[in-house]
Amino acid sequence: MLVAQKFSNLRWGSIAQWWLVFLAALLPLVLLVDALLANRLGADPAKTIVDELGTWALIFLWLTLAITPARRLFNWRKPLLFRRMLGLYAFFYAVLHLVSVGTFILGWRADLIVREVTERPYVIAGFVAFLLLMPLAVTSTRGWQTRLGPKWRSLHRLVYPASVLVLLHFVWLIRASYAEALLYGLLLAFLLGIRLYYTRNWRTR
Amino acid sequence: MLIQKPNKIPSSEITPESVYLNRRRFMQAFAGVGLAAAALPASALLSSGDTELPIYPGPNWLQPKLKAAPTTIVAEDDVAPYDAVITHNNFYEFGTKKSDPFEKAQEFNTDPWKVEVSGEVESPGVYNLEDLIAKVDLEERVYRLRCVEAWSMVIPWIGFELGSLLKQFNPTSKAKYVEFVTLVDKEQMPGQRGFFSSLDWPYTEGLRMDEAMHPLTLMAVGLYGNSLPPQNGAPFRLVVPWKYGFKSIKSIVAIRLTETMPKATWNQTAPGEYGFYANVNPKVDHPRWSQATERRLPASLLNPRIIDTQMFNGYADEVASLYSGMDLTKWY
Ligand code: HEM
Repeated sequence: MLVAQKFSNLRWGSIAQWWLVFLAALLPLVLLVDALLANRLGADPAKTIVDELGTWALIFLWLTLAITPARRLFNWRKPLLFRRMLGLYAFFYAVLHLVSVGTFILGWRADLIVREVTERPYVIAGFVAFLLLMPLAVTSTRGWQTRLGPKWRSLHRLVYPASVLVLLHFVWLIRASYAEALLYGLLLAFLLGIRLYYTRNWRTR
Repeated sequence: MLIQKPNKIPSSEITPESVYLNRRRFMQAFAGVGLAAAALPASALLSSGDTELPIYPGPNWLQPKLKAAPTTIVAEDDVAPYDAVITHNNFYEFGTKKSDPFEKAQEFNTDPWKVEVSGEVESPGVYNLEDLIAKVDLEERVYRLRCVEAWSMVIPWIGFELGSLLKQFNPTSKAKYVEFVTLVDKEQMPGQRGFFSSLDWPYTEGLRMDEAMHPLTLMAVGLYGNSLPPQNGAPFRLVVPWKYGFKSIKSIVAIRLTETMPKATWNQTAPGEYGFYANVNPKVDHPRWSQATERRLPASLLNPRIIDTQMFNGYADEVASLYSGMDLTKWY
């Protein structure tokens, strides 16, 4: 089902909802910039910004992955309208996260970047996740959907390994408290597990 | 040479004047945050924008000693502004976020304070901190602090040499190590209540005896001319400037002299990542991140202040000899 096709015959209510979600998804960025301008990010604003943006990239990725299960479990179809947007927001926050790391943490120093990307397992995981997400963002348009046909779906299954790598990226950089990682891990296990369950049942049927 | 040590200056120069000069350099380091006269007491070394921040004058018995402390050692780097030092802390007893200690430790009760001294000493016992401090002279020292997380700050402590404290208890010949223990108090320390926290309380740390007796090893009771804020480890904490910050244990309630190497919390938690020695060493990376560089805080977005980390945090001239013959990649 193509969201863009549906868009032409959407009712105004749906369009309003689309905009509502669009603006709500910008809120984390707005609040972050506001805190930055008001000097509320503390002695190490760079780190706070990197962590916030990374966390929101993860959250939007998980939300994107929750749309299909929501339809399967609750027959909840409305969110399908927002799936592409949420996926693109995940990528958007990941790009900002990456740019922040490059600018504020590494100062675009080539030696540091090479060292980070070649030596740090957690950065490698994040980097590969980002590389996997990139083609998905590029091919998210309707044009690419039609051009790729059935291959589009297979390509977009890359979101599964990407999300696992994002989780790994997060778990690997933890120093003490695993509570947050456990929460995201359980959520992802559920979101991916349910797909496995449905695929099995569908195959054996 | 990155630090000034009075004991390397000819004795003729160790006069109030050199103290004054040191103070002046300290002031210069502060010039960026708008400070004026060199004659100001250290407590005035707060930048003008800091007026809404809490000030920690400390208990009455401590105040005159803090005010009288001469400045003796000054790192040549720019001193971090007050707000950065009191709001950006790792003190997991109050939570794992950098802002948690500032937000959650303000009611932390640190006076009166007792310290239990035990193990290989001739005079063990439970001492009042006030009585221990009465026997030592305080001095102000500006040290670099390098966190294992690859950020650093330059901090004006007030304290006394750990050696002068340990001598009060007459260590026996069997004393090879010193163990330190932080308070456990779930009522006051919300971070100790967490179910998921991977640290086992109490937080403990240790030093080899020669490290403990080294003249650079400080027990701090003050900061910026005032007493130590709770989030910075009040009422007294260790400061070992050539080791990663986690060695510099806070809010100490027990000191034990031992014959064998004591347990240290981070070393126990992840032995492959945090060694007992934890000397700052740009050549030995943490398994998950590099230690070759550090971000000097406070950093602003457009000026991340990435600098090369120095061997022993720049104190190699003073401390490298403690480790001669040791393979520092093995004893990290
Ligand atoms: C080349 C790609 C990436 C690089 C270089 C990178 C780098 C980093 C760095 C340096 C940190 C802070 C680590 C620390 O605590 O010391 C971080 C944290 C994080 N990153 Fe990434 N990252 C990348 C990609 C991603 C992607 C694609 C996502 C999610 C979609 C992501 C999500 C996160 C999260 C959730 C955190 C943890 C934030 C927290 O501690 O609260 N990262 N990343």
